[in-house]
Amino acid sequence: MIPCKPTGQRLTLVFLSLFVFSILHTSAQGDIAAGKSIFNSKCASCHQVLKPGTGPALAGLEGRHKWADHNELLKWIQNPAAYMAADPYTQGLKAQYGSMMTGFADFTLKDVEDVVAHINNASVPDKGVTGQTPAAEKSNSNAIIFGVISLILAIIALILMQVNSNLKKMSDDSEGIIRPDPVPFYRNKMYIAMGALLFFAVAGFYFSKAAIGFGRQQNYQPVQPIYYSHKVHAGINQISCLYCHGSAWDSKHAAIPAVNICMNCHKAITTYEKGPKLYDESGKEINGTAEIAKLHEAAGFDPKNPNKWDGSLAKPVEWVKIHNLPDHVYFNHSQHVRAGKVQCQSCHGEITAMDEVKQVAELSMGWCINCHRETKVDFNYSAGKGNKFYSIYEKFHNDIKNKKMDSVTVKDIGGLECQKCHY
Amino acid sequence: MSNKYWQSFGEMNDPENFQKMAQDEFHEELPFEGFDDKGLIDAKAPRRDFLKYLGFSTAAATLAASCKIPVKKAIPYANKPENLVPGVAKYYATTYVQDGDVIPVVAKVRDGRPIKLEGNVLENSLYATGGTSARAQASVLDLYDMYRLKFPQHRVKGGSDGKEIKFEEVPTFEQFDKMVGDAMRAAAGSVVLLTGTVVSPSTKDIIAKFPNIKHVQYDAVSYSGMLLANEAGGFGRKLPSYDFGAAKIIVSLGADFLGTWLSPVEFAKGYSKGRKIDEKNPAMSKHYQFESHLSMTGSNADERFTHRPSETGAVALDILNLINGTEGEPTIADAKLEAGIKKAVADLKAHMGESLVVCGSNDKNVQVIVNAINNAIGAFGKTIDWSKPVNYRQGIDSDMNDLVGQMEAGQVGTLMICGANPAYNYHNPAKFKAALTKVRVTVSFNEKMDETTELCEYILPTHHYLESWGDAEPKPGIISFLQPTIYPLFKTRPYQTSLLKWNGDNREYETYFKEYWTGKLGGEEAFNKALQDGVKEDAAVATTAAGGYGAGGVAEASTAISSYKKGTGSEILLYQKVSIGTGSQAGNPWLQELPDPVSKATWDNYAMISVAKAKELGIKLNNDYEYYPEKPMIKLKVGNKEVELPILAIPGMNPETIAIAVGYGRNNALGVTAGEVGKNAYAFSSFNGTTVDYHVAGVTAENLHTKYKIAQTQKHNSYEDRKEVVRETTLAAFKAAPNVLPEYSEHLKEAFYKNSNNDFRQATLYPQHEQPGLKWGMNIDMNACYGCGACVVACHAENNVSVVGKREVLRYHDMHWLRIDRYFISDEKDPDNLKGVVFQPMLCQHCDNAPCENVCPVAATNHSAEGINQMAYNRCIGTRYCANNCPFKVRRFNWADYTGADSFPNNRDQSLVGKLDNVIEQMNDDLTRMVLNPDVTVRSRGVMEKCSFCIQKLQAAKLDAKKENRVLKDGDAKTACQMACSADAIVFGNVHDKESRINKVRAENKQRTFHVLEQLHVLPNITYLAKVRNTEEADHKWQAHDAGEHKEAGHKADSTLPSVPKTEGAQH
Repeated sequence: MIPCKPTGQRLTLVFLSLFVFSILHTSAQGDIAAGKSIFNSKCASCHQVLKPGTGPALAGLEGRHKWADHNELLKWIQNPAAYMAADPYTQGLKAQYGSMMTGFADFTLKDVEDVVAHINNASVPDKGVTGQTPAAEKSNSNAIIFGVISLILAIIALILMQVNSNLKKMSDDSEGIIRPDPVPFYRNKMYIAMGALLFFAVAGFYFSKAAIGFGRQQNYQPVQPIYYSHKVHAGINQISCLYCHGSAWDSKHAAIPAVNICMNCHKAITTYEKGPKLYDESGKEINGTAEIAKLHEAAGFDPKNPNKWDGSLAKPVEWVKIHNLPDHVYFNHSQHVRAGKVQCQSCHGEITAMDEVKQVAELSMGWCINCHRETKVDFNYSAGKGNKFYSIYEKFHNDIKNKKMDSVTVKDIGGLECQKCHY
Repeated sequence: MSNKYWQSFGEMNDPENFQKMAQDEFHEELPFEGFDDKGLIDAKAPRRDFLKYLGFSTAAATLAASCKIPVKKAIPYANKPENLVPGVAKYYATTYVQDGDVIPVVAKVRDGRPIKLEGNVLENSLYATGGTSARAQASVLDLYDMYRLKFPQHRVKGGSDGKEIKFEEVPTFEQFDKMVGDAMRAAAGSVVLLTGTVVSPSTKDIIAKFPNIKHVQYDAVSYSGMLLANEAGGFGRKLPSYDFGAAKIIVSLGADFLGTWLSPVEFAKGYSKGRKIDEKNPAMSKHYQFESHLSMTGSNADERFTHRPSETGAVALDILNLINGTEGEPTIADAKLEAGIKKAVADLKAHMGESLVVCGSNDKNVQVIVNAINNAIGAFGKTIDWSKPVNYRQGIDSDMNDLVGQMEAGQVGTLMICGANPAYNYHNPAKFKAALTKVRVTVSFNEKMDETTELCEYILPTHHYLESWGDAEPKPGIISFLQPTIYPLFKTRPYQTSLLKWNGDNREYETYFKEYWTGKLGGEEAFNKALQDGVKEDAAVATTAAGGYGAGGVAEASTAISSYKKGTGSEILLYQKVSIGTGSQAGNPWLQELPDPVSKATWDNYAMISVAKAKELGIKLNNDYEYYPEKPMIKLKVGNKEVELPILAIPGMNPETIAIAVGYGRNNALGVTAGEVGKNAYAFSSFNGTTVDYHVAGVTAENLHTKYKIAQTQKHNSYEDRKEVVRETTLAAFKAAPNVLPEYSEHLKEAFYKNSNNDFRQATLYPQHEQPGLKWGMNIDMNACYGCGACVVACHAENNVSVVGKREVLRYHDMHWLRIDRYFISDEKDPDNLKGVVFQPMLCQHCDNAPCENVCPVAATNHSAEGINQMAYNRCIGTRYCANNCPFKVRRFNWADYTGADSFPNNRDQSLVGKLDNVIEQMNDDLTRMVLNPDVTVRSRGVMEKCSFCIQKLQAAKLDAKKENRVLKDGDAKTACQMACSADAIVFGNVHDKESRINKVRAENKQRTFHVLEQLHVLPNITYLAKVRNTEEADHKWQAHDAGEHKEAGHKADSTLPSVPKTEGAQH
């Protein structure tokens, strides 16, 4: 047993270090995740990581100005006006981008660190913008590596088996043992059976995967009757989502705005001049003014004769619906946006950076459920904070008091139950 | 003698075979090929075929599924209405007005279409106190009736011989106005407007301004006997308000006041006040019913006595004589009836000023006597209020008769008809039809192509009430307003507008109505407020001086009644069903499929006969009669009138009475729902010189020895012998032993906990469900459930419950999530001696230990954190194990594609399921589907469904609370059945909220609270309050659950689960 001891120790050591590393790794990830959520809820409406939006791109911000010192960054974020008064760099930023940064007085140093961690994570090239995609890709590349390795090993095993059988045959020949001619491997029942099994397993996997994904339209990006750019409206011009999709606040439907809502602005804005150039999917340039003219046509509006416009003659625009849920799903926007305080971007992606909208999320049940598992409820942990509706959850309040739980997720209040969404 | 609860004759007469038959869950042979001795390969569908089909269907499904996902359009408004948010319901106060019935309602409007009606509850209002009837609930479906008339039309002669009659659209209203105007000018003779009872003051104003118009009001089922008697009594031609809540003794002479008589919603509300029991001081009103057939109201009576329909007058007279002490010769031969009358009279005398006598007869003489009785017992001014006469019925039979006379004589130049259908429901329709041909210009404003409208020359359909402006004055000083809840669906016009235009007033009725009420109410603001509230009450007007009672005519009436010929042979009695009423909503599939409270039959009318009569006709009430839907046909003949109808033998009928529901036997133009359902029974009504009689004597009945299928919903939902479902006793027994139920419950707990350290959770294999926040619960007071079915229709509307049609009901495929079980209580060997009827609303009990949950192989039904047993339709694969394991049989399976929700189009005609009724097509028409609640999934074929406690409403209420950052208030979340109930029998709420009504009700009624099948320990979240009948009778069974009996039972069950205590045999 003695020789084994060092190996065992070494193994223990390896496991231990792996374990420690994984803990470290998860904690670093946790920061990134928290930072991402803060980024999405507070920063994303103006900033992007890689590209300048309303404000500068945030990638590599630690290398600029004094931002390597997170306390400086915090001061700036908490009160931009005060900070800017004595700081020419930020004054320059304002001159460059034309608008003043919005302050977030409730930001903490931890928040800043989280956000910076997220930005650093997201700004690494080839990682994409969202945190989820790189993770998925990483696991994909891992899978490919594992696949290739197993394939190579399988081939080696096969060759060795052939070699083995050849050697055996040669030794038999030399020893004069007569054996029947070997069956070639493609007629070997063992091989055929294994092959068939493999085929069924692989085909079954893809078949069921395709079946499960049925009717799902991730990345669906249809051509709309009017080239409407969310980037121009919600991103560059910072029109609040609820200005057009106001019913998301009150109703289950977010609803596409009526023509008269569009015309509130487009009575005055009749040309597209100042914004960036627009391109469609195939890279063809889009004439923004012509697209606005399409809206005017639907509204029955003549830009040359604006005072003669009769809004009641407007015709609705037939948009193509992108986000479709099956009929047996009840989804309520106001539940999420108003009661749950979920950002639009959480499900619709960085809509402020999209010209033509595409479906970012899978909109599958697993996707919903995952979010319900992780999302914390606006629970009133103490009186006066959070939604008073939850004050009846005595058990949770006690558990929190007794440190049995630290937060309440949607799952805890029944958010995974069938009849929360299916009735 | 002990009572026996029973649901069907088979159970009574041949329990053994009944048991055997009732054990089959599915009555038909299941469509499986027999596994006979030949083995699988030789069977008709051997394994190879199975594999072939499997392969084919997999391939087909793959092909069908691999089609492209269709591109969906999202089309917003061009101009969004300012006050409308897509997906958020708006509520508009309006009024259900039908044939004089008035119920203030609130319409729920989703995205511009009304989808649900609720009773209007207005603070401090005496009239708008909530509650609806089944017909009011169903009326929203009438709006989307595809058989409504869609445009103005006029009759033209067509065909090669010029004789074929058809109707042609008139393109514009102007053209129609011109056509009718020209015709009216050309026609000599008088102008007559024939309507049902008009309760609208502004409409009456318009009619009054129309020069030389004669307005005749005609009610399908007339109350003119009462109107005339009240006139003779000095009250004017009016009907009074009745206060059933103030009456300690209620005597009804054939008045179905909880179901169809005058204003049942109001009456049920009042009646329930006297019927609900305060445990600290148990007392309730006493209800005597003297009637001929078993009505819904009679079913709820404490003491019930039957007589021939022709004897109503004699009974009334006897009561009067006994009260006045002027009893002459005994006029009542039946000793039992006489004893009942004496008992009722003694009670009436003991409760002077606290009693009420109502009578459903349309005979003026009888009603004069009833007025005299009410005067003698001091009811006027106490339980009968003449200061608030009601306007529900105003038609006088002789007016209509005179009109027909004038029409025959050619004196009528123009006849305009609205809301009346005499060609169908007049007592002599042939005469009316002949007379109609003599009228030069005939105009119908009716909404549908009914029997009268199809004989008219000009048709200008009026709006449905949900599309209309309008007003109703049910009582003086109380105005209930109508406002449109949807833009008119078709090219229709309010008949008031037509009257205005034809009178040279170019205003629309809308304008007229607004001006009328802005003027009366004093300004636009007051008008808008009145519209918003729906009901405007003016106390000053309400107290108009009442006339004093004058005993004029009593002597004459007594003499007249004494001289009535005693009925011979069988007698036919015409009655109204709660669902169909007089027949004006007969085209409504929800109503046709609503089971009658007493007979539990759908989609038909039939002859209700007594058990004795069945015997006399040679009809055997054996298991075949019970078990199979084929019922014997009989032929009824009086004079030259005859009808062939199937029979239903009903206990508690007067032996010689044959009761037939009116409202059936409609023409096909009314649609596939009403067309060819049942037979028209109005022909058996007759004119007695003053009023119309709805009964006829001297009937010969003949057994035709043929059969006809009647679709009944009960008996396949039998509880076998587990009578623990119904808890019922008498007031005397309840007072003597108030703690029977709590003790029984205690005993069961003991039996359960004994071996499990007093923790019942250890005594069960069910998981512990925690409810950290809310827990929903419901309580149903069986003393306040009268079986009217408003809740059943409300459930239809709220939850998109599908209609299945007669053929499917026959196969017990009905889909009602909520049904009302009816149990007869009678002496074991004398079913005609009915002691009472219990109505028990039965819906998913949302058990905490739900037996359905653990048998589902795919976990499609499971438990929520709010105590709800949830059903995920799209997870269900249709094994039906859950339904088999449900002790209450409340789960419903979609055997066929009733809703058109199947993934494959046109999947309705399946060889296994058979062809579905045409009504399914009607329900799946795009127009009809507008009534669907968009928040509730439309279930497809092959899934199980059941009551969800209206989860969509609970979720909405919770969301509203969250949005407003507040705690959910008690009463925020209400179920549809609860809101529909006019007697407030159903209470629903969060049982974790100590202040909630549900907790209070349960705490205040501990002695009557029980769970159904409590011994199964499924822990339902619905509690019931036991039904108590107000009689002095001792009830041995009620004592049967005393501690001694059960300790014994408990001992036996020591080692295992407790045995089910037998209710029979438990007598001492």
